[in-house]
Amino acid sequence: MADTSYDVIVIGAGPGGYVTAIRAAQLGLKTAVVENKHLGGICLNWGCIPTKALLRSSEVYHYFKHAEKYGLKADNVSFDTSAIVKRSRGVSGQLSQGVGFLLKKNKVDVIWGKATLKKGGKVSVEAAENAPKGALGGGEYQAKHTIVATGARPRALPGLEPDGKDIWTYFEAMVPEKMPKSMLVMGSGAIGIEFASFYQTMGVDVTVVEILPQILPVEDEEIASVARKQLEKQGLKIMTGAKVAKLDRKGGSVTATIEDDEGKAQTLEVEKVISAVGVVGNIEGLGLEDLGVKTERGIISVDGYGRTNVEGVYAIGDVAGPPMLAHKAEHEGVVCVETIAGQHTHPLDKLKIPGCTYCHPQVASVGLTEKKAKEAGREIKVGRFPFIGNGKAIALGEPDGLVKTIFDAKTGELLGAHMVGAEVTELIQGFVVAMNCETTEEELMHAVFPHPTLSEMMHESVLNAYGRAIHI
Amino acid sequence: MPIDILMPALSPTMEKGNLAKWLVKEGDQISAGDVIAEIETDKATMEVEAVDEGTLGKILVPEGTADVAVNEVIAKLLAEGEDESALQGDGGGSKPAEGDVKTPKAEAEPKKAAQAEAASAEEGKSTAKAGEKAGSPQREGLHSGNGKSAGGGAPREATAKAGPVAKDGSGQRVFASPLARRIAKEKGVDLSGVEGSGPHGRILKRDVEAAKPGAAKPVEAAAGQKAAAAPAAGPMPAAPSMSDDQIKAMFPKGSFEEKPHDGMRRTIARRLTAVTQEVPVFYLTVDCRLDALLKLRKDLNDSAPVGEGDKPAYKLSVNDFMIKAMALALMAKPMANASWTGGARLMHKGADVGVAVAVPDGLFTPIIRDAQTKTLSVISNEMRDLAKRARDKKLKPEEYQGGVTAISNLGMYGIKHFTAIINPPHASILAIGASEQRPVVKDGAVAVETTMTATLACDHRVMDGALGAELLGAFKDYVEKPMSMLV
Repeated sequence: MADTSYDVIVIGAGPGGYVTAIRAAQLGLKTAVVENKHLGGICLNWGCIPTKALLRSSEVYHYFKHAEKYGLKADNVSFDTSAIVKRSRGVSGQLSQGVGFLLKKNKVDVIWGKATLKKGGKVSVEAAENAPKGALGGGEYQAKHTIVATGARPRALPGLEPDGKDIWTYFEAMVPEKMPKSMLVMGSGAIGIEFASFYQTMGVDVTVVEILPQILPVEDEEIASVARKQLEKQGLKIMTGAKVAKLDRKGGSVTATIEDDEGKAQTLEVEKVISAVGVVGNIEGLGLEDLGVKTERGIISVDGYGRTNVEGVYAIGDVAGPPMLAHKAEHEGVVCVETIAGQHTHPLDKLKIPGCTYCHPQVASVGLTEKKAKEAGREIKVGRFPFIGNGKAIALGEPDGLVKTIFDAKTGELLGAHMVGAEVTELIQGFVVAMNCETTEEELMHAVFPHPTLSEMMHESVLNAYGRAIHI
Repeated sequence: MPIDILMPALSPTMEKGNLAKWLVKEGDQISAGDVIAEIETDKATMEVEAVDEGTLGKILVPEGTADVAVNEVIAKLLAEGEDESALQGDGGGSKPAEGDVKTPKAEAEPKKAAQAEAASAEEGKSTAKAGEKAGSPQREGLHSGNGKSAGGGAPREATAKAGPVAKDGSGQRVFASPLARRIAKEKGVDLSGVEGSGPHGRILKRDVEAAKPGAAKPVEAAAGQKAAAAPAAGPMPAAPSMSDDQIKAMFPKGSFEEKPHDGMRRTIARRLTAVTQEVPVFYLTVDCRLDALLKLRKDLNDSAPVGEGDKPAYKLSVNDFMIKAMALALMAKPMANASWTGGARLMHKGADVGVAVAVPDGLFTPIIRDAQTKTLSVISNEMRDLAKRARDKKLKPEEYQGGVTAISNLGMYGIKHFTAIINPPHASILAIGASEQRPVVKDGAVAVETTMTATLACDHRVMDGALGAELLGAFKDYVEKPMSMLV
């Protein structure tokens, strides 16, 4: 019998969990991670990564269909849904294996099964199927520190529950057998908009219904409105300030009753519905109640270092609260184990967590929106630079988009950066670094941005905030 | 290639020092081992010996310069066969304009230098050398390879304003985020007084925002002080919530003289302020009967053999007994023989006892290492030597750094009882009062005994009350039964 006591046991091998485990091992802590479905979790298997693979297919398809725009000829462009899905699954499979390799390389034990926390640092694991090679099985384990990283699952609205056949969650939406003719997407957050963008590009007649007045509700209003205009131009139907009141299933189609904010109802018949109305933390069945771990509204209550009210029990990632993003989970996990290892750490500054949506056009942001900055009572300077003023954007054939920067008028602190347009998800990190280094507008103005790149728009946006933009 | 002479580190922890004096001048022949300069650290003055031989080509840091960073090039040494032209284009940013270099006199005409400076600035070259020759005592020119100091007679001020690298009043670079800098400027916070919580101690926005207005110091006042101050001027925190100018305004003009802080004053102020704020201290006081010790001391001194120069080989002081007693007490209570660190207590094997030595306008605490192993005569002679060199400011840093406790004796001033401030890494300090004849009750009757009051200040993080009391009790035992110190 192998030694079953560990310094750290991480429950869940999603992006938060496996990164936490590897960092713990790097710090010299004897570490195991418990998982019962997929190494890499939702992100890698049913979320971030496979959707990016799908969206890449739709993007390439989009380019083929618009080949003449670039002087190319491509006739009879078509696609094979099963091949697109196969590619997406292949990407996930490859990366999931990679996680297994990384855990092994770092001498992190993988325990395969469903974990329950018991008093005194005990972790009871009930064996699960499909254990990967080399994983430990069910049994009783002991940990000085137990980190809950069980992630989240799709939220189900009462009366509008997904059935996996006609009403999908992201699980089903990720692996369509064939493209439906029409689709209703409930919710216009990142998940909803990405699927809407994918299916719409693939020729599906997609309607998005959002209860709030703007799509991508966490994004800056102006950016969301630019994104909306672009999406609508591509044919996406968007209804904001509206909610789905009822879904009636009948023989291969769904009739949705949609009410606007004045209570006026209309019906819409679609082949499939995607429910993308948010996610909820997986806090059940872990034994948290028995241990007295405090939870609030489906979230484990933690301090800035992942510590719960019970000594030795920690939580990171989605299960520890929003924003429910893989990179937030990873960072929280690192802060958590470094604190356990006695290192000098700082809580994650949630205002500096970027968010990306990979629809076409892409949306990326970090920090305060213009509205939030004003609500916070900050006196601000706002810079804007449109894609149409950027040489590289024109050359790419991507003249639509906007880079917006928000500075504190008094101190020059970069409070927020918001972008919509081609490749902005790859640009936002520049502003993330700037914010973390606490630059002011001055350093950003002094920085030399390479020409010709899309990143020049970041520079110009900063200059514009101070009335100095050159190319508009 | 000319050889760089670097600012030496006189101790492992030294980061900067004052270049007090050059003992050689440009053009002098130097052999390895020659004493070429005197460096002053926060407490000691040390001599710098040459490592290589050659001709001193150029002094880059003039004497009297404060806070020279360790490993900064302070002078250039020309190897055999090299002449001054070898200095041209060599590192250190000194590439003077043509026509200037051929006569590397120490004092060039300011006018000519200014012209040279203007000329070289035009070419976008450094003006370092020209700036120095213009009689500017600042050494900022050394850093001005970027040519930013062009056109001004005071390159340091110009660079400090124009350049991206802020420095505190003493020329030390302050690492702070741009945002922290800007907020500090607006709040009037002097960054040199702010502790950074970012990577490598970088000062971040949150640190500046957390800086107490009381601890902060308006930038203007710091600048004023810098301008007025002699070489060793660095900003010290003034009284809480008061700027230097506010304090000065409370006294009639002309009713005082300003005495700029020297390194020692600043060190005393900084360290003891930090201790007072950060270390939880408790005090224990005990009376020790001293008659037996005084008698033993007299017997030992009377029987001292004759040593060098027909003087007695030793002359024990009461304080020498106190050092020995404290060392033995620490050995008897090893838990008290410790230093505090963030992660652990360092449990020491030997008893390194510091002794506070008053020097003109200052104080040193040289250390008697492993005092428990040393005889009273060894301690006494060592102490005499350390005290003398302390007064001459010739102690080496390793002679006053470290230690686990200290003894401060103000008995000779007739002080009966006082408390002293712990000097970390010490965990305690023993304040010794005067020995005097006092009436005591003994066996139910009043008697007269020579008595001394000793007060031990203890770092509560290291030891608790009972342990402190045991330590002081052990000390008292040794003092009252002094023969036990001899075996």
